[in-house]
Amino acid sequence: MTETTTAAAAASRPPTPADLAARPSQRERTVTGAQSLVLSLEALEVGTVFGIPGGAILPAYDPLLDSVKVRHVLVRHEQGAGHAATGYAAATGAVGVCMATSGPGATNLVTPLADAYMDSVPMVAITGQVASRVIGTDAFQEADIRGITMPITKHNYLVTDAADIPRALAEAFHVASTGRPGPVLVDITKDALTATTTFAWPPEIDLPGYRPVTRPHHKQIKAAAALIRQARNPVLYVGGGVIRAEASEVLRELVELTQIPVVTTLMARGAVPDSHELHLGMPGMHGSVAAVTALQKSDLLIALGTRFDDRVTGELSSFAPLAKVIHADIDPAEISKNRVADVPIVGDCKEVVRDLLTVLREDIDAGRGGDYRAWRETTAGWKRTYPLGYTAPEDESALAPQYVIERIGALTGPEATYVAGVGQHQMWAAQFVQYERPNAWLNSGGLGTMGYSVPAAMGAKAAEPDRVVWAIDGDGCFQMTNQELATCVINNIPIKVAVINNSSLGMVRQWQTLFYNERYSNTDLHTAAGGSRVPDFVKLADAYGCVGLRCERPEDVDATIRQALEINDRPVVIDFVVERDAMVWPMVPAGVSNDQVTIARAMTPVWDREDDEASEDGAAR
Amino acid sequence: MSSHTLSVLVEDKPGVLARISGLISRRGFNIHSLAVGPTEHPDISRMTIVVDVESIALEQVTKQLNKLVEVLKVVELEEGASVQREVLLIKVRCDAVARSQILQLVDVFRANVVDMAPDSVIIQTTGHRDKVDAFLAALEPYGVRELVQSGVIAMGRGPRSITDRALRSA
Repeated sequence: MTETTTAAAAASRPPTPADLAARPSQRERTVTGAQSLVLSLEALEVGTVFGIPGGAILPAYDPLLDSVKVRHVLVRHEQGAGHAATGYAAATGAVGVCMATSGPGATNLVTPLADAYMDSVPMVAITGQVASRVIGTDAFQEADIRGITMPITKHNYLVTDAADIPRALAEAFHVASTGRPGPVLVDITKDALTATTTFAWPPEIDLPGYRPVTRPHHKQIKAAAALIRQARNPVLYVGGGVIRAEASEVLRELVELTQIPVVTTLMARGAVPDSHELHLGMPGMHGSVAAVTALQKSDLLIALGTRFDDRVTGELSSFAPLAKVIHADIDPAEISKNRVADVPIVGDCKEVVRDLLTVLREDIDAGRGGDYRAWRETTAGWKRTYPLGYTAPEDESALAPQYVIERIGALTGPEATYVAGVGQHQMWAAQFVQYERPNAWLNSGGLGTMGYSVPAAMGAKAAEPDRVVWAIDGDGCFQMTNQELATCVINNIPIKVAVINNSSLGMVRQWQTLFYNERYSNTDLHTAAGGSRVPDFVKLADAYGCVGLRCERPEDVDATIRQALEINDRPVVIDFVVERDAMVWPMVPAGVSNDQVTIARAMTPVWDREDDEASEDGAAR
Repeated sequence: MSSHTLSVLVEDKPGVLARISGLISRRGFNIHSLAVGPTEHPDISRMTIVVDVESIALEQVTKQLNKLVEVLKVVELEEGASVQREVLLIKVRCDAVARSQILQLVDVFRANVVDMAPDSVIIQTTGHRDKVDAFLAALEPYGVRELVQSGVIAMGRGPRSITDRALRSA
């Protein structure tokens, strides 16, 4: 298979059907289904596949051994393969690919697929299936993975005929990467992999029911511009769709032009640089006071690639009660799903923002632009009065987790990629690392998958070996997927892992502190507290062939991070033993109005009179 | 809550029924009936789904259905602008004494007897739900032993064809 295909000029994007059609058609050749699969992956310019072989997928692994174009990274658990593919995709925008065998191999991909579906990550999962004649007989390692993954994939296939393999793959990549991106699963039976077939590329793509709208309607853009012109207190409410659409640059132009304050959701951190003066921070349950309050008091939300998630809106009925809503999204089903939009715009965020720029620039040139000066001052005032911060631990020798994360960000800089798990450390990483570029921040936002961090960081590092990649993980999360450290060591993927070790399931413990009378039911992990280290993360790192470091005192933090930054020939794991009682603030408790944002335990912001008057004035005008 | 009739054109591929019924149930919509079968076009199947939802939820279910790759077109068929039919088979207890009365009812409601045994008949009826409900009420005293319904099928009135339109836009 080394002669392989003459794939068209390398493009970093997955090819569109138009690209494929433009390529010279290849002479048909007689191959096995498995060879056809590998040839298809090569033709689709897949660089890396994460996976584990097993019975039903075994035929595919034989020709894979000969491929010089497709690198296969052997992981230690299929969940690791799935999240690695997600990390790979989220870091670069290219389609991530993972592979597993039938039955348990495939079911182990369920979590990463659900994760990628919630966060709109382009990903293709290829699974082996038992032979077509035994499907439905409860054969060994049989699971109806197509049926199982229907609710958590954008689309999926069961391929039983070798001749269908190239078309299924081409369609899968097209569906995964266009429109609202998402995961697609291709399940291929063992007999289809072993059968003899012919291979020709490009295959004909036949998707009559799939026509994503990317061009926004001009009428809607004009209607949106009219609302923006009239608004007094507008906010750009920016979501992950802006990152997926690679619209950060044009968005920045829009912000500069209109001078409208911006908030970036958990999925959109980095879409607008944190250093930008109009950036008010992250909204939502653990958002900054300025961002949460700006949305609450706004008279116009310009929602771009975001879905009014309950973690952002709090109690929906009291969310941004004064605001009209412009809602732009590539997925029409997101528009008016939770909050009714006054101006719905279906389209790709990049095109929407570009069109808005054109229309608004005309307005401003004609002296008809909106005047948001008073509002800008008000929001800037909130940002000054209620900056993100944390209280130092009572015990001065104890380590504050926020400090650790802040220093990691400060010493590593904005060009690195930061990948979090889920929980307190995730929120602190979203708050205290300064993000200046899109795709610098990867996390599991929608599904909230503990265990995401290490494998996703591995995928991100494999995709961009020259970047420093930090997995900022918790002691709970880390224990769910740290077996992939073996994969990292063996395949020379030197990620850096900061375990923010508070010896507990910290976010759950925080809720137990606040809402369950400090009854700590099953949240103690014994990874640091009371001297019990089960496991000892430094020894664990050592056992895997990583460098293991431990840091327990504030004065050692910088030196430890610097030491980790100097090691680039293997993964580094730092066990940061941090204070246990630190909590994530600000917080809007679940199911409560965002007006109730608390900056610290039992402390709500005091709105001074001018602030209220300014915003109410603005709303009334 | 009100009842809405959706006509859904789908590619005739394995698993498409599971995709659609799964989507409707996991998004929390209530299906009143679902009927599916081939159309005049060999690659296209047509589903008629009657859902009980609010109008905002209806928009959501329509959008979600449209997102499915194998769905070609979703159309709401308004009651006045469409013909809606359902086939029912009803097995009624029927001895010699009741027979003439039951046959009379069958006649009045323009139904048909399709099977007759010494102490039972099977009646076939089609029509609108209101008529069917009235017919069932009339048969109740004799003892309805079994009832099966095909689910509503519907078609827009007038010369336009939704299959044509779906194929054109595809």
